[in-house]
Amino acid sequence: MTDYSILSLAKNALNGQVGWAPAWRKPDPKPAYDVVIVGGGGHGLATAHYLAKHHGITNVAVLEKNLIGSGNVGRNTTLVRSNYMLDRTLPFYEHSLKLWEGLSHDLNYNVMFSSRGIINLAHSPGQLDVFRRRANSMLLNGVKAEILGTDQIAEKVPALDVSNAARFPILGGLYQARGGTARHDAVAWGFARSADRRGVDIIEQCEVTGFLKKDGRVVGVSTSRGEIRAKKTAIVVAGSSSHVLQQAGLNNLPIESHVLQAFVSEGLKPVLDVAITFGAGHLYVSQSDKGGLVFGGDLDGYNSYAQRGNLPIAEDVATMLLAMFPAFAKVRMLRSWGGVMDMSMDGQPIIDTGPVPGLYINCGWCYEGFKATPASGYTFAWTIANDAPHELNAPFTLSRFQTGYVLDEKGRGPFPGHH
Amino acid sequence: MIIDCPCCGRRPVSEFSYIGDAEAAKPDMHAPAAEWVKAVYTRTNPRGMHLEHWQHLHGCRQFLKIQRDTLTHEIFSVELVGVYASGEGE
Ligand SMILES: Cc1cc2nc3c(=O)[nH]c(=O)nc-3n(C[C@H](O)[C@H](O)[C@H](O)COP(=O)(O)OP(=O)(O)OC[C@H]3O[C@@H](n4cnc5c(N)ncnc54)[C@H](O)[C@@H]3O)c2cc1C
Ligand SMILES: [Zn+2]
Repeated sequence: MTDYSILSLAKNALNGQVGWAPAWRKPDPKPAYDVVIVGGGGHGLATAHYLAKHHGITNVAVLEKNLIGSGNVGRNTTLVRSNYMLDRTLPFYEHSLKLWEGLSHDLNYNVMFSSRGIINLAHSPGQLDVFRRRANSMLLNGVKAEILGTDQIAEKVPALDVSNAARFPILGGLYQARGGTARHDAVAWGFARSADRRGVDIIEQCEVTGFLKKDGRVVGVSTSRGEIRAKKTAIVVAGSSSHVLQQAGLNNLPIESHVLQAFVSEGLKPVLDVAITFGAGHLYVSQSDKGGLVFGGDLDGYNSYAQRGNLPIAEDVATMLLAMFPAFAKVRMLRSWGGVMDMSMDGQPIIDTGPVPGLYINCGWCYEGFKATPASGYTFAWTIANDAPHELNAPFTLSRFQTGYVLDEKGRGPFPGHH
Repeated sequence: MIIDCPCCGRRPVSEFSYIGDAEAAKPDMHAPAAEWVKAVYTRTNPRGMHLEHWQHLHGCRQFLKIQRDTLTHEIFSVELVGVYASGEGE
């Protein structure tokens, strides 16, 4: 398969677009692989890409029960940032952001990463102090952060009312200029194509229904398309983590599955060229390249495996969007959907070996999973190849809930729905 | 989602507040740390039938034990908890 380039674009533009080949093959599963990755979301596909590219491990299958990109990787609101606070989480997200910055070239696939900047608005002095503290922590870790005054915010977001007459007056904001958005399904397709070109089998409509065990070790999986043996089995199924891992005997994970909704408005002319979060409630919004406002807020608030939510959240996020931008009152909503989130007990993920030999787990992503996709794949591939964590994911153990080294950025406690 | 409160009748979910998983009982105060780790930090998180606590916050304010399917959102039972569970606490 040839590289995508300006030449291939031009050639196909002239010959009626008939020269494109499928971006990945549709192979049947082989009886055995060195590594089987369960879950063809962003993280599973990224793991396959980095396993092949950095570790030379190409006898790999990614098993996806549906079509790749149909899970959360294709359902999120695409915010990418690294404005974290803890010394044990920030370097991981910063590494991810650096990978994002070179991702389209690395994959030879345009993931439309746009560093348009992210502003977190503060509406109280206490909140502004918390943002200052976070900005200082970022600076200490070598990551640029700025605290903006209302004049600077008005300049970047003219549609925002920064006067005292606003419903929730704005006092300032935390700004990360390198943060931004990306095209989510292109991320899935780009990683898939890159892994496939290096020999990885991407097998869609293949649901894992159980685990093959021998002498207490996981040696493969049973699937809707037969048994597949593997030297190493990596589980990265986001919202389905508890459900799938139960079949490997892990009945008590520090995870609850919750539904999170996303909303998109009709297309508008450019009105918002940064991503922005509201501090007097929970709302984040950006404008897509097609012109739609893309926004979301809280979880629906109860355990759910349904990829759809209830109406109260639609009202809730719309109320907050209008508190922030009253001018959007006449904008019509176009689409909404839900995704099942793997909410961990401290808001941070688990990327670890075990706890059963032969098994590798990657889950608990909460709201952090899209921005983390490249670093998650990078460190998970490392962990699988070396049977030990990379220093960036060393804090993301399953055992941290026993040892007390939880990674609770905001000090919200062991309530999965609160992160 | 509509919840049929034993006190107030059928009400929209927005009147209720979710407390969480009601499957696991809290261990004894002096139980070993491992049992507390399990109770505080881990969940069975089933896809399907789930026992959970809710509160009718914007209604009678009673705590409720609800049996609900986490995949379909269908509700199978709603009961009062604590001294009112048996109907004897009135
Ligand atoms: C509405 C919404 C908004 C979000 N916004 C953001 C955001 O702005 N920024 C951010 O960083 N993150 C965001 N997230 C979180 C982020 O999308 C997820 O954390 C991340 O996509 C999860 O990893 P994934 O891509 O691998 O998951 P998925 O794409 O869900 O991949 C998991 C895959 O596993 C498959 N699977 C499940 N069970 C099996 C089985 N038995 N056999 C085979 N395959 C199986 C599923 O079909 C699925 O395709 C958001 C999430 C949602 C739902
Ligand atoms: Zn009631």
